[in-house]
Amino acid sequence: MEKRNNGTRLTHRVVNDFSIVVSTANGTGSQTANLGLLRAFFDMGIPVNGKNIFPSNIAGLPTWYHIRVSQEGFVGRKEPSILIAFNRATFLGDVAELQPGGVCFYNRDFGLVPDRDDITCYPIPVKEMTADSALKGKLKEYVANMTFLGVIAEKIGISVENIEYALLHQFGGRQKLVEPNIEVVRVAFEWSKINSVKSDPFYVSPLGKTHGKVLMTGNEAGALGAVFGGVSVAGWYPITPSTSFIDALRKFFPEMRNDGEGKATYHVVQAEDEIAALGIAIGAGWAGARSLTATSGPGISLMSEFVGFGYFAEIPVVIWDIQRVGPSTGLPTRTSQGDLASTYQLGHGDSKHVVLLPSSIEECFQFGYQAHELAETLQTPVFVLSDLDLGMNSWMGDPFPYPNEPIKRGKVLSSEALGSGPFERYKDVDGDGIGYRTLPGNTNPISAYFTRGTGHDTKAEYSERGKDWEENFKRLRRKFETARGLVPGATKDVMQGSSLCIVAFGSTRYAIEEARHVLSRKGFPTDFVRIRALPVSHSDLSLFKEHEKVIVIEMNNEGQLCGILRNEMPEVADRFISVAYLDGMPLTSEWVECRLGKHLEGWS
Amino acid sequence: MKRGPGQANNIGLTRNEYTGSASTLCKGCGHNSISSQIIQVAYELSLKPEEIIKLSGIGCSSKSPAYFLGMSHGINALHGRMPAVATGALLANASLKAIGVSGDGDTGSIGLGNFKHLVRRNVRMVYVIENNGVYGLTKGQFSSTADEGQELKYAGDNPFPEMDLCLEALIAGCGFVARSFAGDVKQIRALLKAALSHRGTAVLDIISPCVAFNNQDISTKSFGYGRANQSSLHEIGYVPPMEEIILQDHEPGELEIVELHDGSQIQLRKLEAEYDASDRIEAVRRVQLSQEHDEFLTGLLYIDSTRPSLSEVAHLVETPLAELTADQLRPSKNDLDAALKRYM
Repeated sequence: MEKRNNGTRLTHRVVNDFSIVVSTANGTGSQTANLGLLRAFFDMGIPVNGKNIFPSNIAGLPTWYHIRVSQEGFVGRKEPSILIAFNRATFLGDVAELQPGGVCFYNRDFGLVPDRDDITCYPIPVKEMTADSALKGKLKEYVANMTFLGVIAEKIGISVENIEYALLHQFGGRQKLVEPNIEVVRVAFEWSKINSVKSDPFYVSPLGKTHGKVLMTGNEAGALGAVFGGVSVAGWYPITPSTSFIDALRKFFPEMRNDGEGKATYHVVQAEDEIAALGIAIGAGWAGARSLTATSGPGISLMSEFVGFGYFAEIPVVIWDIQRVGPSTGLPTRTSQGDLASTYQLGHGDSKHVVLLPSSIEECFQFGYQAHELAETLQTPVFVLSDLDLGMNSWMGDPFPYPNEPIKRGKVLSSEALGSGPFERYKDVDGDGIGYRTLPGNTNPISAYFTRGTGHDTKAEYSERGKDWEENFKRLRRKFETARGLVPGATKDVMQGSSLCIVAFGSTRYAIEEARHVLSRKGFPTDFVRIRALPVSHSDLSLFKEHEKVIVIEMNNEGQLCGILRNEMPEVADRFISVAYLDGMPLTSEWVECRLGKHLEGWS
Repeated sequence: MKRGPGQANNIGLTRNEYTGSASTLCKGCGHNSISSQIIQVAYELSLKPEEIIKLSGIGCSSKSPAYFLGMSHGINALHGRMPAVATGALLANASLKAIGVSGDGDTGSIGLGNFKHLVRRNVRMVYVIENNGVYGLTKGQFSSTADEGQELKYAGDNPFPEMDLCLEALIAGCGFVARSFAGDVKQIRALLKAALSHRGTAVLDIISPCVAFNNQDISTKSFGYGRANQSSLHEIGYVPPMEEIILQDHEPGELEIVELHDGSQIQLRKLEAEYDASDRIEAVRRVQLSQEHDEFLTGLLYIDSTRPSLSEVAHLVETPLAELTADQLRPSKNDLDAALKRYM
C-alpha cells in the first residue's frame, strides 16, 4: 500500500460496495441531504438501504444516517468505510470507530483534525462554501448539509445533475426549494474538484439494478397494504417507531377512501392511550368494520387485557407492533425482535394469537392486507410484527402486485342467511373451530347476542359451568389449528451440500442472506428457513426433519423464536441452537458469519 | 302514549319483546329499576331493536345490559373501557343508537380517562352511570363518588372528597348532562327519551342505591335519602319528532324549550325559576353549590345540542363503514400504481 497525504491509498478500487455514515446532530436539517444522497444512488441504479440511527430527542443529540450501497444487492447493515463527520460533539468517537482504510469527510470549521493516519481525510470549509448563499438563520444552517453532498458527490463519482434530480424528488417536485440547496452543492462540488485530490478507493458507478423498483419504509408499505385490505377504522396512540405507520395511513386514506363528494369511508382516532386505541379498533371490529391499531412494546403491554378480550370474545382486529428495544421504555429509537414471545401469547390465562412476520416492504404490503383477511376469517386479533429497522428505514423493493384474491368477510350471517335459525354464536358448525357471527343492525330478530369476556356457552349466554369452559377452549384450539393452515408458510432456500440450516424471521434476513453468500463462496453452503408467521404452518413443521443442526438467529436476548420452535416441534427440539443477540443495532453480515462459523465444520 | 304492557307499539312489538334475560342483581337494586325504564322507553318510542346497541364495562351496573333489550346486540367490554369500544362501534356503524351502562367505579375510577375523552369527542350515545358509591361485586369498597367522611362496616372511613361525575362531564365539554334518582321513574324516562334524541354524548348520572352495601338513610346514595331530599330543577317533558307539539299553559319564563337534533323537543317546566339549562358556567356553579349545601339536585343540568358528534366531525359517508362493499373497501389498481409511482 502506498502512503499518501494524510491517508492510506489502496491500489484497488472499491466500486458500489460500501457503507457511508453521516454523523450530525438531530434537528439540524441533515435528513434532506441524507435522503438526497440515498436517492441519488438509487437513481443511479445502485441497490441501497438507508438507516436512520437516531436519538429519542427533538434537537441537539447525535444522529447517524447509514447508507449501504451494494453491487450485489445486499442491503443489510455494514460497518461504514466512509464517515461524514458533521457533529462536533461526536467527532472524535466517530473518527475512532471508522474502519481502517476508511474515508473521513469533515467540517473544517470545527477546528478539530482526525488523529488517525490509516484513513483518508477531506476537510470541508462549510462556512466559506455557504457564505454567498442568500439564505438566513435556520435555513442557512440547514443548507450547510449540502456542502458534504457536493464534496462526496465529486469524490465518489455522482454528478451534480444526479444530486439535483434526487433533491427534486426529496422536495416533492418543487424546483423552487431545490434551487438554494443545489446552489451550495454546486459550489462544494467545484471547490472539491479544485482544492482536494482524490486519494481513496471508493467509487460509485451507474448500474441498472434499481429500475422499476420502489424505495419506501416498511411502515409506509404496511399502511398501504392495510388500505388495500379495506381497513376503515384505526385507533392509535403516538409511539416511536409506529407513529409513521399511522402517518402513512393518514396520507393514503384521503387519496383513496373518499366517496368523491368529500365524505370519508374511514376514520382514524388518536386515542387517549393505547388501551383506548385498541378498544376503539375492537369496537369497530365487533360492529363489522375492518380495523387496526399500530403501536410498539409499551403499547403492547397496555393492550394486553384487550387482546385477551378480543381472543376470548372472538373479535377481529389487526395490531401492528413495530418493535423497539424493551423492557420498559428501553431504547425507544433502536430496533429489536423482542416482542415475539409476548405477542404470541399476550393476555392473562390461556391465549394464543396469529402473528405475521414480514421481512421486507413487499411482505409489509402483502401481510398488511392479508392480516385483515385472517382476522375476519378467524374472528380473532391478528398481530403483524415489524421492527424499527424495517418500519422506519428506506428499503428497496419490487412494486407491489395488486391483491388478486377478493376481499372475503368471514362467517358473517346476514338476516336472510340466518333465516329462521337456529343461531348459536359460538357453535362449531363446520368443525373448523370458527362460529358464525352476526353484526349489529341485523334485522333478523334472532340475530342478537351479548358479546362478553366472561365465561359463555355456545349461545353466548353467561356460564360458569366447567364443561362449557372446557368445550369452548377445545374449540378455540381447533380454531388455532385452522389458523395454522391459513397463515403464510415459511420460505426455504437450499444450497447444495449444506450441513446446517439457519432459521430466522423478519428484518434479520438481509444480514443472513449476505453472510450465506459470503460463506458459500468460502465453501460453506447453508440452508435458510425464514418463518413468516406463528403458529408455524403445517408445511413448516416438515422443514427441519432433514437437518441435524438448526441455528436460530434473532435480535433479542432470550432466543424467543428458538423457544417457540422447540415447543412447537418437540420431536426435533434438540436440533435448535439459539443465536440470539441484541444491542439495538441491526445485525451485520460479518456478525452472522462469525457466529455461524462456530457451528461449521472446518471453519477457522 | 300510555299503553298496557301487552299492547303492541307502533312497530308491532309488545313491552315484553324489549326485555332481556332475568336479572341476577340483588332484589331491590336500583339498577333493576333503571333497566325497567330503559325497556319502557324503548317500547314507548317504538325503537327498532336492531337499531340499538348496548354496551357496558365491568361491575354490577355493567351486567345489566343483559337484562334489557334482548333483541339488540350488546357487548360487555373491559372494566372502564366501554367508551373506547363504543367509539369504535359507532364509527363502524354511525346509524346505530347506543345505550351504554356503567357504574361509578367503572366511570369514576378505572375508566375516568376513557369517559372524559368519549365526552370530549362527543360520540353520539346515551351514557348511563348507575351510581351507588360502592363496588358491589367485590363486596362494598368505596368508590370515588362515595360521601366524604362516610363510614361503612366493611370499607371503613372514607377520608376523600366525593367525585361528581356530572361536573367531570361538564368540564369535559359534554352537551347533555343530567342527574336523576333510581326512585324517580318519571324523570328517568323523560331524560332517557331526550338523551336518545341528543346529537352527541348524553350523560345520565343516576343515583342507584346498592341495597347490599350502601343503603343506610344517612348515605346520599340510599333510597331513603333520595326520597327525602331529591330536589328537581324542573319537570321534564319530551315530545318525540313528528308529534304535534302542544304547549301547556305556563307563566312567562316558566317553561324552557329545547329543540333537539332529530326534531324532538324537551320542555322543562322550571321549579327553580332562574335556572337556565343552556348555561354551562351556571350549571357548573349550581352543581358545586348543591355539593356545598348537601342538596340532592336532579334534572337536566345542561344541554347544548349544537356541538357536532364525532361521526359528523369525521365527515363519514351515509352508509355505515361496516356495510361498505368490497369495491368500496379496496381502492383500484390505478390507485395502487399511482401511490407506488411516488416511491420509484
